[in-house]
Order: sequence, then structure tokens, then C-alpha cells
Amino acid sequence: MSDLGFTPNEMMTIAASRALKNDDVCFVGIGAPSAACNVARLTHAPDITLIYESGTIGTAPDVLPLSIGDGELCETAVTTVAVPEMFRYWLQGGRISIGFLGAAQLDKFGNINTTVIGDYAHPKTRLPGGGGAPEIATSSREIYITMAQTKRGMVEKIDFFTSFGHGDGGDHRQRLGIDTAGPTLLITDLAIWKPDPVTREFTVVSLHPGVSREEVQATCGWVVKFAEALDETPAPSELELKTLRDLQARTKAAHEGTAKEKAA
Amino acid sequence: MVKFLPLKEAVAENLHDGDAVAFEGFTHLIPTAAAHEAIRQGFRDLTLIRMTPDLIYDQMIGMGMAKKIIFSYVGNPGVGLLRRARDAIENGFPRSIEIEEHSHAGMANAYEAGAAGLPCAVFRGYRGAGLASVNPNIRSVTCPFTGEVLAAVPAIRPDVSFIHAQKADRKGNVLVEGIIGIQKEAVLAAKRAVVTVEEVVDSFADLHPNLTVLPNWTISAISVVPGGSHPSYAHGYYVRDNAAYLEWDEIAADRDRFQAWMQANVIESTADDFAARVEHLRKAA
Repeated sequence: MSDLGFTPNEMMTIAASRALKNDDVCFVGIGAPSAACNVARLTHAPDITLIYESGTIGTAPDVLPLSIGDGELCETAVTTVAVPEMFRYWLQGGRISIGFLGAAQLDKFGNINTTVIGDYAHPKTRLPGGGGAPEIATSSREIYITMAQTKRGMVEKIDFFTSFGHGDGGDHRQRLGIDTAGPTLLITDLAIWKPDPVTREFTVVSLHPGVSREEVQATCGWVVKFAEALDETPAPSELELKTLRDLQARTKAAHEGTAKEKAA
Repeated sequence: MVKFLPLKEAVAENLHDGDAVAFEGFTHLIPTAAAHEAIRQGFRDLTLIRMTPDLIYDQMIGMGMAKKIIFSYVGNPGVGLLRRARDAIENGFPRSIEIEEHSHAGMANAYEAGAAGLPCAVFRGYRGAGLASVNPNIRSVTCPFTGEVLAAVPAIRPDVSFIHAQKADRKGNVLVEGIIGIQKEAVLAAKRAVVTVEEVVDSFADLHPNLTVLPNWTISAISVVPGGSHPSYAHGYYVRDNAAYLEWDEIAADRDRFQAWMQANVIESTADDFAARVEHLRKAA
């Protein structure tokens, strides 16, 4: 905890939650996006529709799911559909306003790698792969990305194009016939980034409280561009922080609660 | 017509060396007991098909049973990587395996095409995605009406699919509810289907008319295995054992610890051991 009274990760989650609107239909990636989406629902966006790829539509979990298919997602959902229907009617059908993704590796054009580190056929590290992300990235009307900054994670060149962002930049999406907006927002633990309107390169538009330009550059593998008019992200409110911390405490208790007293 | 069989016989009758087999379940209702029985019977050279090959495929791959996996997310859901699968892909241990990787949309569409009796699935997918250039089974077709270029993947037609479900009635009709995932498609796409269930009830007469019920003539064999999807869950019966998923990450990280765990919890166990594993996960009524 810094002397600011909140951690960089808390700032990231809360800044990400603020980007979501009450009328959004959000396809939620697991991990950091899931926390942000549920903080939004529990604060300023009570009617937001949260969709997880297990088929749960309009879910309102009391604790954050460990997986995309935890039972509470189904129990609190408006409806639960089969996985083919999820991907065909709801995602491919154009009904998702925001796809919210995390990333293992990200480049400056919002392309994401969660497949391999190294060569695909002979990987240094085999990561889980794309799951729903390749189509979420192209069928959602917009993509938000959230991840903590590291030089290993934010790289000049990703090892594999799991999910297409803006490709080589500019009009690359349009040239591939992709008519959705792609990544429009990146929220890290240090800053808020938006793509340049022409080049589509992610540009820092707002620094979180207490963060310097040098810190942003030191944890990013490409040369960072900063907007001319650089904002400071408003610090988390008491309500936002309490909502997030309560949610994480409930989640921790719930996930540890299933552990057996003795080893199996 | 469906037969009610002990799991050991249901697996022995329906799975064979070299089969293309799907043990499906999208986080929910994962057929762990059936997979463990397959491990005990020691099948070889299997092509393992599953959207989310989690712990059970990590176990089967770690035991050297797979020659190929077809998948769209090879992770421990919410935890991270699958360490036995990684060891096979990165180091060829205990044997090298062939991989055919898709997206969830690709797999879901391919199962649906299999269930629908089509040779391939057509959908809007893989645009700009690297998988299209490393998987020769991801191709494209041009819409004859609009000219739009769409993705095409071959239908999935397993030799046999295994699923876990909440209940069967005495006639062998099967109910799946909650997160229904891809189970119906996996059963209808396969030549044979084996279902493990939590329980058998007298009749389905009072069920809502639109629930997911697989008629008995779509299923080869049913085995009653309470707790059979642990550490996954069965909606209405017991909750997901998230702690077990977290623990698996440590067990699978070490080759020797993995072998010891498999010996104690799979090889020297039976399907009857599953009920006790979910006792602490059953919700108060």
C-alpha cells in the first residue's frame, strides 16, 4: 500500500470499472476484467449486462468467479444459454458493446498474445491459448484491455497474434474486413491509454495519482507516447475502494471455504 | 438403446485404443469419474477433443494416453497453466503429442456442425488471428450471396463422447441443467455417448418442457456416479471445489508428485470414491 491509501492494482480495477456504462452489454474476460466489471455493477452501473463465455447472460455474482463457469454465475443470471448459442447469436450476432480482455503479452497496437512465448511449434512457454478471445476481439463493438504493466507483458513485438487489435496500426482492421472498432481503451496499474486516431498506437492520456512518465516508460517495452494534454486519473472514492475490497474479501473467503480440513 | 451399466463396463464397452474421444463439460459437469476410469483401463493413442481440456486431460496427457489433442483453451480455469500438458507440448514428456488448436467459437461451431450432420462449420471468425496460419484445418469459404469471406472448420465427430449430467429417469432419458456448455452437441455429434449421472429418478413428467433432455435413444450407456464431476460441480448438487483446482497447480508442477497423486487418487481408487469427495461441497438444503 502506498501512502496514497490505495494500491496501483486497486487504481487499475477502479479506473477500468469507471469506463463501463449502465447500458453496456459486456463480455467479461476472467481475472482483472471480471473484478472491474463487477465493481462497475456494484457502483455506478447497476443495470450493466455482464456476460461470461460459459453462456451466463446478465449475471450478478456476489463473489468473483474463479473460472468463467462458476455456479454462481448461472444462479444469478437472467438466462444461461449453450456455448454455441453464446458465440453465434450473442457475440457473432453483434449484441456485445464491450469485450473486456486481459493479456499476457500486449503490443502498442492492442494485439494480444495468450498462446505461446517463443515459437508456436516449439514454444518456450505454452500458455492456455485464446479461448473465446479471437472472436471477442473482432465481434464486440469495442474492446477494453486491462493489465498490470511489465516489460515482459508490454512488448514491441508479440510472439503470437492470439487476438487481433489494430494489427500494424492505421486502417489494418478495415483492410481485413473487420468492421468493429477494436481496442479503444487500455487501463494499466499506472495509466489510462487510448489509441491515436490515425496510427492507432496506444497513447497515455491520463496518469494515475502519484505516477510519473518515467515510471510508465520503465515498465513498458516500447517507446511510450504521451498525449499533449495529460490528465490525472481521479483517485478512487471511498465507495469504490470499499466496494472493491469487500468484493475481494468475499471472494477470498468463498474460494478458500471449499478447502477440506485435511488433505485429500 | 441405452444400458445402465457400472462405469467400468460402460467405459470398457465404448472406448477403445486409438479412438477420438470427447470428455466434455464447460467448467460445469466435467466427467471426471469417467476420465479416471479410462485412465485406470490404460487406453493408448487417444485423440482427446475438448474445448477446455482442464485437469482430466492434464491427467490423461501426463499418463501418456494422448497422441493428439484438439482444443481451444488448454488452461486450468481461473488458475493458470496446465503443467502436464505443457510438459508434453514443450518437452515431449512423457510422449510428444500433436496439437490442433481452435478458438472457442471454432470448436463450438464444429461440434454443432457434427451434431447437425454437416461436414463443416461456417462462421465469422479467426479474423487476423494467428491460429489461422498454424492450423491447416482453419480455412475459409466465400458466402455465395454476399461475397463475405467466412471461416470454415471441419465438423467434430468423436467416436465416443462422455458427459456428466444431473439425472436420468428410469427409461434412461438424461437431464442437463445449469451451464449446459456443449454437452448436447458433444453427444449428438458422437457415434457413441456415455453419460454419468448424479442419480436416477422415477420420471421426468413434472419437468419444465424446455429443459435440456437427451432422449434415451441418443445415449449408449448410463452409469450412476454421485460426485462424478468433482472437482468440477453439479448445479443443484454440490459446488465447485475451487481449492482443488488451486492445489492441482502444485501437484502437476512436479512429475513425481503427479505420479504419486495419480497412483493414490486414480489408479488405486474407484468410481465409488467420488461421493465422499463432494460431501463437504454439498449445499445445505
